[in-house]
Amino acid sequence: MLGKLDWSAIPFDQPIPLGAALIVFLAAAAVLIWVTVKGYWPYLWDEWITSVDHKRIGVMYIVLAALMLLRGFVDAVMMRTQQVLAIHGPGYLPPEHYDQVFSAHGTIMIFFAAMPFVIGLMNFVVPLQLGIRDVAFPTLNSVSFWLTATGALLVNISLVVGEFARTGWLPYAPLSETTYSPGVGVDYYLWSIQISGVGTLLTGVNLATTILKMRAPGMGYLHMPMFCWTSLASNLLIVAAFPILTATLAMLTLDRYLGFHFFTNEAGGNQMMFMNLIWAWGHPEVYILVLPAFGIYSEIFSTFSSKPLFGYRSMVAATLFICIVSFMVWLHHFFTMGAGADVNAAFGIATSVIAVGTGVKIYNWLFTMYGGRVRFDTPMLWALGFVTTFIIGGMTGVLLAVPPADFMLHNSLFLVAHFHNVIISGVLFAAFAGFTYWFPKAFGFRLHEGWGKAAFWFTLAGYVLVFVPLYILGLLGMTRRLQHIDLDMWTPWLIVAAFGILVMIVGAACQVAQLVVSIRHREELRDETGDPWDGRSLEWSTSSPPPFFNYARLPHVENEEPYWTIKQRAMEEQRPGEDESYEPIEMPRNSPTGFVTAFFSTLIGFALIWHIWWLAIVGFIGAYITFVVFAWREHGDYEVSAEEVERIDRDGRAAQLAWLRRRERVA
Amino acid sequence: MSDITAGSAPDPYRLGRSGGHGHGGHGHGLLSATGHGQGGPASKFVTVAYGFWIFLLSDIIMFSAFFAAYAVLSTATAGGPSGKELFELPRVAAQTGLLLTSSFTGGLATLATHRRSMAATQFWLLVTGLLGAAFLFLEVQEFAAMASEQAGPSRSAFLSAFFALVGCHGTHVGLGLLWLGTMMAQLWVKGFRPEILRRLHCFGLFWHALDIIWVAIFTLVYLLGASP
Repeated sequence: MLGKLDWSAIPFDQPIPLGAALIVFLAAAAVLIWVTVKGYWPYLWDEWITSVDHKRIGVMYIVLAALMLLRGFVDAVMMRTQQVLAIHGPGYLPPEHYDQVFSAHGTIMIFFAAMPFVIGLMNFVVPLQLGIRDVAFPTLNSVSFWLTATGALLVNISLVVGEFARTGWLPYAPLSETTYSPGVGVDYYLWSIQISGVGTLLTGVNLATTILKMRAPGMGYLHMPMFCWTSLASNLLIVAAFPILTATLAMLTLDRYLGFHFFTNEAGGNQMMFMNLIWAWGHPEVYILVLPAFGIYSEIFSTFSSKPLFGYRSMVAATLFICIVSFMVWLHHFFTMGAGADVNAAFGIATSVIAVGTGVKIYNWLFTMYGGRVRFDTPMLWALGFVTTFIIGGMTGVLLAVPPADFMLHNSLFLVAHFHNVIISGVLFAAFAGFTYWFPKAFGFRLHEGWGKAAFWFTLAGYVLVFVPLYILGLLGMTRRLQHIDLDMWTPWLIVAAFGILVMIVGAACQVAQLVVSIRHREELRDETGDPWDGRSLEWSTSSPPPFFNYARLPHVENEEPYWTIKQRAMEEQRPGEDESYEPIEMPRNSPTGFVTAFFSTLIGFALIWHIWWLAIVGFIGAYITFVVFAWREHGDYEVSAEEVERIDRDGRAAQLAWLRRRERVA
Repeated sequence: MSDITAGSAPDPYRLGRSGGHGHGGHGHGLLSATGHGQGGPASKFVTVAYGFWIFLLSDIIMFSAFFAAYAVLSTATAGGPSGKELFELPRVAAQTGLLLTSSFTGGLATLATHRRSMAATQFWLLVTGLLGAAFLFLEVQEFAAMASEQAGPSRSAFLSAFFALVGCHGTHVGLGLLWLGTMMAQLWVKGFRPEILRRLHCFGLFWHALDIIWVAIFTLVYLLGASP
């Protein structure tokens, strides 16, 4: 009846996961009770859960990412503390639990923190920057989000029901085969990544179509903001790379469930094929994350230097160069596995060459600041922290790209330090920068600067204190994923790294404080004009928060900084743009399809993990019925009347007019 | 108010740029909009077909991973039977004939939608579905025969890769049939609405893409596998 599931799946004998699960459960229950008592369910259902508005979906992605970021951070704290407490001793995490912690940390941070954060920002910002009203497929967008949430839910269920994978964030075969991993851990991994991977793929299709086919009139390719360019590159990479992940995980699933022999030791299976396939996805994945981040930094450097982006066309070229070359370097993840000197050399050279594209970008950002009036607001601080530290990560990357050096350093903490160095400053800082930068656009008030700056400095200091020691430990020969340590030579550096993570905890606390303080003082931080940073691209031309249709009429674009042009003209003419007549707008209707799909995919995923076959069948039938019901609905779109559009638009314009008047008086 | 306006001239080449409905994505747009930046967002028909194309490309990439795995494992027979012993080319020829013909009849169904002929559209869609089902029947028969001869997917890595690749294509055909059936019912109940015409167009793209993949399977798996 319940497949492999019985009471032994609940870890009653392990206080740490049980306690953690209890806290999560109580917190979730408290939230649910609070929502019920306050009667917020209809609001949540109508305005958020069934919303197909790209802005709402973007915000929900970021909420999910922030929660998962905290969860992954807790795992990180556990690893750092374990390694300090387990010097000449067992520490507090037994090996089988420690292995789950580092596997969960990597899986959650990449798939459920970094990806949703980046996708959330793209979702929120790209249609606004393109000057359009929504993405190409709004309901599909909601489905994508809810599938990602399903994956995150399954990973977190594994905390208390059963176990998570002990095979690292990529389940290398044959360790991940049933012979060596008979439990449900790898199955949790496979189904949660598979389900959320489908969501990501659909996002890629959706946003690539949006950027390629739906831009405001006049916005040719070379008039797109840089963030749209990097988002385009990233989404094309999603479309090209995620199917490989789907296929690879499907092969491992067939091995585990139906006795196939893709990657087994017996019957001709080939383990190296797993490495090749997973990294053929895995390396482009790095650029899927970091390219949008580069776009965020480009927007921020330009805005806070009060200058157009330096070398716009070279930036576009560098982005596409990285996009293409990212598919030609995957083998550097396993130089040591005997592909031969010439193959290793070819991939080593390709890897080093990527640094040229990145270098172009770095110089463009530096030259953007040169001669500008640089303002040091929080987003700019994150961007500056990025430029200074990312270069070190890039350099160590080029070092690791040299096969002989990689033979010495692979699988060591030097490698761990390298990829954290690039991904924290590259992606995480960009996420925080973008969060602070676009928060006023999403909610209509700015974040508190003081707490934001404190968060930046503590996070930056903590990050340096954690990962510089890891570089040194790697050079001292410490390998990654050690559950206990017997060598005194490493002790001082492990203590420094553990101290660093304490500083990062303070940074994380500052982020939470920033959010709480800003919400409490939202009236003082109100953004009335919709343009709190003196921005240059279209999203700043609409009010904060934007009306649900974004733009009353689609803006006309003449160059790559359309809002800057509109603003200069408005200031010259002392009035905010032409007053035109309003027309009715067609908008997509809300739909519970995404949520219902997620419900059934959770059932399917859970049932397949625990071999509850009947439940899986029920889930599939439910999913098919959802699909038919959605296809059968009468009206996908509805019309917003011209008067309604005018009423909403006038309010926004009144605030802008008031700002112009104030500015006039000052002048 | 349809993408391919009923009554007026059919629109096989300009892909719905003549109609007024749904242009400009979610609102008014310019009639000439192609999405290249001059006229604003492309029409809904173009956007949907384009998005579906991108999805199909991703699907083809997924197949390419299975093809790569097959190429790597095609000699890993682990002492079991090889393709030369297992593949029956007459059956494969029949399957190829069925699938390619079903694409042709699918094309005839598309032409019938341009004429707004419900009977002809339904007839050709039905023929398409039946040919697809016959293809699938032959494939299932082949799989069952192989499994009963101790040549199932767990016999060797070669057979794992074979069953996964060909089975993945077969699953696509099966899902396509489910989609086709749902859409025939929808067309029957609701008639030639813009959204149904868009979906029929996407189905056509999907069905042709499965043909392309089948041609690769039949060449790389069956012909190469059966040749000495």
